[in-house]
Amino acid sequence: MSPAVDVKTLVIDGIDVSARADQTVLEVARENNIFIPTLCHLDGLSDVGACRLCLVEVKNSPKLFPACVLKVEEGMEVTTKSDRLLHYRQTILELLFAERNHVCSVCVTNNHCELQATAQSQGLTHVRLPYRSPRLGVDASNERFVADQNRCILCTRCVRVCDEIEGAHVWDVMGRGIDSMVITDLMQPWGESSCTRCGKCVNVCPTGALFDKTKVGSDHPKYPDFVPYLNMMREGR
Amino acid sequence: MTSEELLQIAEASTAEHEQFDFQLNVCMGTGCMSQHSDKVKAALTEEVAKSGKHCHVRQTGCMGLCAAGPLVLVEPTETRYGNVHEADAKELVDSLGGKPLERLETHLDKYFQGQQHIVLENSGHIDPEKIDEYIGRDGYQALMTALTQMDPQTVIEQISKSGLRGRGGGGYPTGLKWGMVAKAGKGQKYVICNGDEGDPGAFMDRSVLESDPQRVIEGMAIAAYAVGASKGYVYVRAEYPLAISRLTASLREARRRGFLGSNICGTTFAFDIEIRLGAGAFVCGEETALIASIEGQRGQPRPRPPYPAVSGLWGCPTLINNVETFANIAPILRNGPQWYSSIGTERSKGTKVFALTGKIANTGLVEIPMGMTLREIIFEIGGGIPNGHTFKAVQTGGPSGGCLPEEHLDLSVSYDALISAGSMMGSGGMIVMDDTSCMVNVARFFMEFCMTESCGKCVPCRAGTAQMFDLLTKICDGEATHADLDLLIDLCDVVKNTSLCGLGMTAPNPVLSTLRYFKHEYLEHIDNKYCRAGVCACAGKAPAKEEVTA
Repeated sequence: MSPAVDVKTLVIDGIDVSARADQTVLEVARENNIFIPTLCHLDGLSDVGACRLCLVEVKNSPKLFPACVLKVEEGMEVTTKSDRLLHYRQTILELLFAERNHVCSVCVTNNHCELQATAQSQGLTHVRLPYRSPRLGVDASNERFVADQNRCILCTRCVRVCDEIEGAHVWDVMGRGIDSMVITDLMQPWGESSCTRCGKCVNVCPTGALFDKTKVGSDHPKYPDFVPYLNMMREGR
Repeated sequence: MTSEELLQIAEASTAEHEQFDFQLNVCMGTGCMSQHSDKVKAALTEEVAKSGKHCHVRQTGCMGLCAAGPLVLVEPTETRYGNVHEADAKELVDSLGGKPLERLETHLDKYFQGQQHIVLENSGHIDPEKIDEYIGRDGYQALMTALTQMDPQTVIEQISKSGLRGRGGGGYPTGLKWGMVAKAGKGQKYVICNGDEGDPGAFMDRSVLESDPQRVIEGMAIAAYAVGASKGYVYVRAEYPLAISRLTASLREARRRGFLGSNICGTTFAFDIEIRLGAGAFVCGEETALIASIEGQRGQPRPRPPYPAVSGLWGCPTLINNVETFANIAPILRNGPQWYSSIGTERSKGTKVFALTGKIANTGLVEIPMGMTLREIIFEIGGGIPNGHTFKAVQTGGPSGGCLPEEHLDLSVSYDALISAGSMMGSGGMIVMDDTSCMVNVARFFMEFCMTESCGKCVPCRAGTAQMFDLLTKICDGEATHADLDLLIDLCDVVKNTSLCGLGMTAPNPVLSTLRYFKHEYLEHIDNKYCRAGVCACAGKAPAKEEVTA
């Protein structure tokens, strides 16, 4: 073992846990089977702290911290479940459901969708907010894949996997605020873009926003677990 | 450059001006320029030449009282003229040496006497594009002293002792921030000046950059010496073309005089500054978004920690301060920290520049010592509400701040007092509203601003502000129910506590503060479909008298 390894101990939900100093609270929690909901986080990609579902309470701080980017500290006391956090997580999910057109019954990823699964895990039964129902486009110009903006939650996993793993950086975000949109190249149709057709973005997409044309009905499981494996092989471990 | 040479330049500059009997300072800030003060200056120059009087006409920066532009200040008699136009030039030049021109005098002694100028001490007195005039008014003495007589630690101590807090809105102690960056290793470091002033109704930073850019450059150079940085960036919004052109000219002048570049003031200290232009995104005033923008990335914030003091521009330790903060540095070192900390309140030292706008007689810039009450600022310096209307609220802190009602007018202005009243200092915008403003509509305006300026990265800010805007619109239109109001209040709580950066965290503030002080207006819209200011489209009738007062 290298002498540089620094070990910290902390408490998560009353359980004493140990961690390497460079680990995040989310990593340590998952190692210890403590579930924290996430949508923008994906093992193997950089973290952006954007979905705000993994917010946790830290003792002696009035602020909430996203567990995906919160580095462990010695003696830290973290709470991942409380009525307040549950309320915030449910409201954030409501905001996502009301933002675009998430209709599970007609979605290719019905029953394989992370947004749907997260809502179920957080006990969300209904949405109090009015649906905004924007009319957004569907780009089917790629011979293999389809991008349906109506189901996009702007987690930017596609942007990050294309940039960090595939190295193509075809996807990016344009526009501001509620008008933000993921685009290919400088808003060229996907089929005419510099896309390599590797399909990584489709597999990491948590919803049915990016899907494979060959998958019909609601039978579109996604396999995002390849990312840490690819990283491991590249590092030659 | 040695201190003797600096003194020589200062003396030469003073002597050059003393040979004239009169100086005519013409305000060439954006406000007066929009009223063609450049033509006034040309006309005055022509008339002076014709009259044969020994008089110097010069362009200066903002004199503060934008409402009465174009402004002309006559030195040494200190006569101030307002609303001066080309046609007045002959009469004005003829009056020099005799009785002042009654017709054009501003007669606003209260406006000027209530103020205390530190940041604005040179505004309206020097030509912003001439470095020697700045040196003539003690410019660059502080940098010279810091470099030749102090070690970096002493500079930081002086700033800490002065009690200066960040003027961008957060109010973080400046000395503490400098100390953090100074301690962050020995490698490459950066100093950034945040000039991405975006609050509606705020124009302090623009004015400082237009009127006295050398002061900001000097402050940045001192900061760079204190923290060990060799490179600086000024991030200015592209909507400020005049500030950018004056700053560009000033950087060139500072390099020519050897205050930027290598071997500054004959020491081993090297520092230079580049300008970066913002492309109009409000969120780029947030420090991590600003850094991303300088790096050429999409201007959106990232979670902190790590703070820029540890990992900022290109991963290097970075000091980032507001324009007005840097403008305070030179006077603090020149006059000593005790002098500065003797001004202001217990925990908010010094002065603050405010941009007075809205329904107020004397629209313009004012610099007041901390601790002055809102009433003094609005009714004495600002001259009160014009056209016989009554005061309703004052909005401070831009879209992150809040609206304070009449009963809080005796609140003395300081970081902590404003926060406890439900508003905040912010960068210094102060919008005064009278009885023609509907507070629900005001909250809706600020929410629309936050919605369109949200970067779209985090869910609560992106989707939450849009939902809140829709709910506020519904209330304004007289179509909302009490359930909608409860939902709005709940969303305020969620967005405030779960957003990624300051924009989202403070976006609910205008709603929360108007709900705190003007809830009856919300209820009138909901219950009676009535807007007391007559601004909103709801067509209902006023509630019975006793309900209004309840």
